[in-house]
Amino acid sequence: MAGGMTYTAIDSTALQTAEIYGKALVELGRAHPEVVALTADLAKSTKIGDFMKEFPDRFFNVGIAEQNMFGVAAGMARAGLVPFLSTFSQFASLRAADQLSTDLCYQNVNAKVIATHSGTSFGQAGSTHHAISDLAVTRSLPNLTVICPADGMETYNAVMAAYNTPGPFYIRINRGFDNTLYKGTDYGFELGKAVTVREGTDLTIIACGSCVFQANQAADFLEKADGLKIRVLDMHTIKPIDREAIVKAVMDTRRIITVEDHNVLGGLGSAVAEVVVESGKGCAFKKLGIQDAFAPIGLHEDIMAYLGIDANGIINAVREVMKADFEQDDDWDDEM
Amino acid sequence: MPLSKQEWLALEKKAHELRRLTLDTTYWAGSGHIGGGLSVLDIMTVLYHKYMHIRVDEPQWEDRDRFILSKGHAGIAYAPVLCDLGFNDKEMLKTFNLSGSKMGMHLDSNKVVGVDASTGSLGHGMSIAVGTALAARVLGKGYKTFVVLGDGECDEGSNWEAAMSAAHYKLTNMISFVDRNRCMIDGRTEDVMSLEPFCAKWEAFGFIVKEIDGNNIRELCEAIDFALANETDKPVMIVCNTLKGCGIDFIEDNYLWHYGAFDDEKYEKAIAALEASYAKRVERAEKEGA
Repeated sequence: MAGGMTYTAIDSTALQTAEIYGKALVELGRAHPEVVALTADLAKSTKIGDFMKEFPDRFFNVGIAEQNMFGVAAGMARAGLVPFLSTFSQFASLRAADQLSTDLCYQNVNAKVIATHSGTSFGQAGSTHHAISDLAVTRSLPNLTVICPADGMETYNAVMAAYNTPGPFYIRINRGFDNTLYKGTDYGFELGKAVTVREGTDLTIIACGSCVFQANQAADFLEKADGLKIRVLDMHTIKPIDREAIVKAVMDTRRIITVEDHNVLGGLGSAVAEVVVESGKGCAFKKLGIQDAFAPIGLHEDIMAYLGIDANGIINAVREVMKADFEQDDDWDDEM
Repeated sequence: MPLSKQEWLALEKKAHELRRLTLDTTYWAGSGHIGGGLSVLDIMTVLYHKYMHIRVDEPQWEDRDRFILSKGHAGIAYAPVLCDLGFNDKEMLKTFNLSGSKMGMHLDSNKVVGVDASTGSLGHGMSIAVGTALAARVLGKGYKTFVVLGDGECDEGSNWEAAMSAAHYKLTNMISFVDRNRCMIDGRTEDVMSLEPFCAKWEAFGFIVKEIDGNNIRELCEAIDFALANETDKPVMIVCNTLKGCGIDFIEDNYLWHYGAFDDEKYEKAIAALEASYAKRVERAEKEGA
């Protein structure tokens, strides 16, 4: 990890996730003159104002023109700069999808998209500003690394990993404050490797983004209330996904629940399901997320509760899966 | 510097060779975007053979001038330009569009040496050019960025986002062209989606606009000289009135030849047409050149 990070959970409670990104970007800007920042009239919302103040000549606000921003970034990257582009996830993944695909991914340029207001985190703005399809879109773009950090600490690690790894990146972060999962940045973050937040043998919850904290809360409760040992994996890197951790979860716990603030079609749940099916090993499986519908308007936490991707929803899902009688399947032992 | 007669004739000869190579590539490939390839060819010939600072033996030279063919379907003419310069083996042209080739109709900058941007999806090139030009400013480099759009391509709104930003950032190190051949796949530009008043649109977006005959080598050189000498803070757009299929009389100015194929008979006829066209152009250069 670059930069000798000193942020801790205290910063994480005082700073919004995007603010931590903004500070990480300034840190990168100081160390690397080729780092530039772009936004499409969302400098304040995406919290990259500090970079703008410190490096006005390396900051470009292209106005409300996401398609142009992506093309401009591609041109800059081709010429040797390392552009960090920030706008809302919905616009980064859909409004500028052709530019993201053609200019950044096809050309395989060294540009980093930091997409904010992901999932339903900008809940009150309604579905025009929810990003419920971005993981599905970005996951299918070749050359693109896709990360959905669990909190501010992990956002810092993801941004640094993006700088240190050549090629295009898509990092989706939330609007506002995230519940702090990690006490600091030094917990062994590794690109493409899930973090085992807690160990367990009864069931594995594989989550990303703000759902990891919720999954951990749920697992904590279920251990006390139901005596269950639940493994929680923070699958921050959606692509390339940690196949090994998924297959291990199948073998060790025989039950998997995925949780994401995203449509259950094409996102984390789909990515995990693909690995499970290809492994040839069966397991009980449930995908929590947005069930292929536009989400309601409301506070993020209320929407998460409505969607069943908060701790309560996850607890209910775990109990449901634990009740399933697939273990009576006579073939199971053979498979194992 | 004014174009000497000798230089003019040399550029005509090069343009003629490249037209023939474009025709041959289309013939080898079985078909191709010959219409828009031939309309834009004089722009590329003049840029690559008179103005651009490039190093064939060092394609990624960081101080090189950049060329971005936003109308990427003209790859069938761009590939011959790059092969003729020696960036890629000329034999590669015989594989154009064939399975397993490095060269498809829209050139991939990671496969074809000398290509500065992978284009094809329209309305992307000018944004990339803006980024390249801004990067020169950030990095303190003096290279120029040249970008060529198709006129039909200008239906795409993203071009106008890019245009706004080029003017906003005062990108005088970027020189833009539109290959105004007035044709697109489904018809004539003014019938499919009106572009006029076209020059006024670019002016309104903050450009200095030069409107020229884009198949006239001397007018092209004068316009580029003008753009390079530009001391205002406005970027220059050179609107090049061109002929689709320029040089092959029986396909000229015909939108049905946006994409076409030549059988042996048509191929022979096209070769003769190119020769006749070249003779006329040489005659004009001899007469008007100084």
